[in-house]
Amino acid sequence: MADSGSEDIAVIGNTDLTPSESENNLKNTMVEKGTSLLKRMEISVAEAEKRTGKNAVNMQETYTVYLIETRPVDAASEGTNPVPDSLWRRYSEFELLRNYLLVAYPFVVVPPLPEKRAEFVWHKLTADNMDPDFVERRRVGLENFLLRVASHPVLSNDKIFYSFLTEENGWKETVFETGFQAKADSRLKALNATFRVKNPDKRFAEMKHYGDELQAVISQLLRVRARAADRLYGVYKVHGNYGRVFSEWSAIEKEMGDGLQSAGHHMDAYAASVDDILEEEEHYADQLKEYLFYADAVRAVCRKHELTQFELEMAAQDLTSKKQQREELATGTVRTFSLKGMTSKLFGQETPEQREAKLKMLETQIEEGEELVKERNAECDEYVKSAWVDIERFKEQKDHDLKEALISYAIMQISMCKKGIQVWNNAKECFSKM
Amino acid sequence: MSDPVVDNAVTSGNSSVAIPTDISGQILDLDEDDDLEVFSKGTTLTEGSSFNASMQTSPASMINQYKFEEEEGDADTKDIFVTVDNPESLVTAIETYVTYRVMTKTTRSEFDASEFEVRRRYQDFLWLKGRLEEAHPTLIVHPLPEKFVMKGMVERFNEDFIETRRKALHRFLNRIAEHPIFSSTEDFKIFLTAESGELTSHKKQGPSFLSRMGETVKAVAASVRGVRNRPEEFTDMQEYVEAFTQKIGSLDKVSQRIVREKKEHLEELKECVPIYTLWSQSEEELAEPLKSMAGCLDSCCKETEEQVKELNDHLIPALHEYVLCTETLKAVLRRRDNIQADFEAKTEALAMKKADKDAESKVLSLAWDSLVGRSPEEVKQQKQQKLKGEIKEMRDELDKMEDRLEWANNALKSDWTRWQKVMRTDLRSAFVDTAERNVNCYEKCLAVWESFLHSQRTEAEGNGEVDCS
Repeated sequence: MADSGSEDIAVIGNTDLTPSESENNLKNTMVEKGTSLLKRMEISVAEAEKRTGKNAVNMQETYTVYLIETRPVDAASEGTNPVPDSLWRRYSEFELLRNYLLVAYPFVVVPPLPEKRAEFVWHKLTADNMDPDFVERRRVGLENFLLRVASHPVLSNDKIFYSFLTEENGWKETVFETGFQAKADSRLKALNATFRVKNPDKRFAEMKHYGDELQAVISQLLRVRARAADRLYGVYKVHGNYGRVFSEWSAIEKEMGDGLQSAGHHMDAYAASVDDILEEEEHYADQLKEYLFYADAVRAVCRKHELTQFELEMAAQDLTSKKQQREELATGTVRTFSLKGMTSKLFGQETPEQREAKLKMLETQIEEGEELVKERNAECDEYVKSAWVDIERFKEQKDHDLKEALISYAIMQISMCKKGIQVWNNAKECFSKM
Repeated sequence: MSDPVVDNAVTSGNSSVAIPTDISGQILDLDEDDDLEVFSKGTTLTEGSSFNASMQTSPASMINQYKFEEEEGDADTKDIFVTVDNPESLVTAIETYVTYRVMTKTTRSEFDASEFEVRRRYQDFLWLKGRLEEAHPTLIVHPLPEKFVMKGMVERFNEDFIETRRKALHRFLNRIAEHPIFSSTEDFKIFLTAESGELTSHKKQGPSFLSRMGETVKAVAASVRGVRNRPEEFTDMQEYVEAFTQKIGSLDKVSQRIVREKKEHLEELKECVPIYTLWSQSEEELAEPLKSMAGCLDSCCKETEEQVKELNDHLIPALHEYVLCTETLKAVLRRRDNIQADFEAKTEALAMKKADKDAESKVLSLAWDSLVGRSPEEVKQQKQQKLKGEIKEMRDELDKMEDRLEWANNALKSDWTRWQKVMRTDLRSAFVDTAERNVNCYEKCLAVWESFLHSQRTEAEGNGEVDCS
């Protein structure tokens, strides 16, 4: 990082950033901006293994487990390098963790998990969850998830998260004990709120809209990119046919033979080079996918705001109607149409005692209502404040990460072009010796 | 062998090739320059067909002719320049067709002027090719573009089709002009210089349709007969041609497939551009890099489009021409075989006739002859005379055929070497150019991405972000 950047040449100098390097950069950024957790502890998902066992319905199943390693930071820097603490977790446990975090910290844009099933595949990649490449990419994604959580100012302090990293047994029970599942908002409730809320904070509405757009645009991009990868694969591989034919042709020629033969080798090399190229491109796709899923997390935060706002509005509405009822009862005027009002008109007014009792009840309710409104107002304000802080944090992170992704894409393209230039220059030399 | 006169008689076989029957004198007199003189002087004869013109010299000196020319650099001594351009559709009452302008600039003395401009249609080119093939059955004529395009419904008047054809016709004429024998033929000269009316009447000369039919039938019969003692070098050529046909066919297919795949890749890549642009509209900080990204992809698409177009314009036609060449090569080898088969058949017939004669001299067919009232001795004498005459005729013919065969073989051998050289040059430059263009395309894309990187990184540093490079 000693790049002073005043010379143009120095800036372009390093175009050989490998995917693992750029990943490191991301990690370094997370550590630097560091939470107390990351300052203490190194976290990694080191390995993946296949296991077989009996599942809930007592059927044999094969699944993959991932090794989470944690290591105190100080020890590593002192050079003693002790054996890290480690435990195995499977994907469903990660999911459980995340669901817990979603409920426990609704105002946080919770980092997404890598996809459950391979989507946006192009023909060479399989949609098979057991495929080693898929497992590897998932391992990387899970590590990324843990690091993101560990670098979040709020999430990193969560005890459940900490025990996820450190306590192999009994963790699941601990999570269930929190009772978080009961606290989760039902889908229906949330949907209802979305439709009926009257005055959501404009910023959240805009953010939700942004989340929709982001999701749409990234999905489209991933789809097209997958098709393009397929085609590019085809282009490169067909050049391998050149290699074969040149080789066969060289056998029947005298003077042309050598040139053809060696040109053929370069064509084979060219055809083979596409595998690395597309692997790197896959990494770019993964970076986009993370933000595709992040879009969902953002929308969840906005929906929660709508819900709290809605509940506030409902409480306020309720309070208003109660106050109105009190007024009507007190002044005897019926302002709004009500069945009670009508029936009382038809069947006679209440007795003064009844009215008194009612008034008293209403007063209590109004008192409670006002408390509720105050509470909900406070909740809402609190929520808006903390959620917006996290959204701003998220925006900064997104801008930084996606820009880095675009840069690493450019670096990848540059590397691809350089390789292409080399191969075709070599081939040209061979051809000229034909 | 007593006739020094050039014999124009049409022999059985493919075409009327005249071969001087007395070559002994000329073989000893090998003054190359003189032969050259004779050679070119031969073409100043304004009447007569191309047959006479090229057959003034003996086969042996002809070969020397070839060798001499092979050592020269073609460019230095190029004295004729031909271009085919300016296609135009012509509409008549009967049909619509395309004519091309054929321009010639030359310093050759046998041409009346130094510049010519005529218009020719595809049929005219076909005619020229046919004439050259007839006159020189074992020389290799560069292929013409195909009559129709089989794949897809390509109209004859489609712009791209006409342009592709024009380029191929241009190459065809230039190859003819570069060929030591073809370029000196009368037919070629007339093709380049005659006005349309003149050309039409000239076309009407030469072997008639019927006689050509007859020859084709004979040719088929000959090929069915087969050749018995084919010299090894021609068998080698045959094997080479078969293998080469396969290879060039594969190359043609592979190249076309590459073009197809590239086009499809391009389609997908192009779709990415508006997506990035759309995305940039939802972003603030990221708007500029995303727009930039869209721009880069767009530039790369344009470069790749250019590259694909060049593949289509240069590599594909070059390979395709050599696919067509293989047909020519096979035909040439077949014709040579036929000439040999004819010769072998005639040799056999002569042997049989001789056997007849010998047998005849021993047989006394008394019964019939006494019936007819002739004396046995008389009859025998008559028969012997007759047979002797026939045998002499056959032998004369056989000698001619032997010369013809030898000439055909030598012509083929020389032209084969020539063809291989031309093929090598053509294909080498086609591939070298393709490689160069690929490098070019990559270099341009490289520049695009490097400038993107540069702008993003300097911007980052301008904003005070730490750039982890």
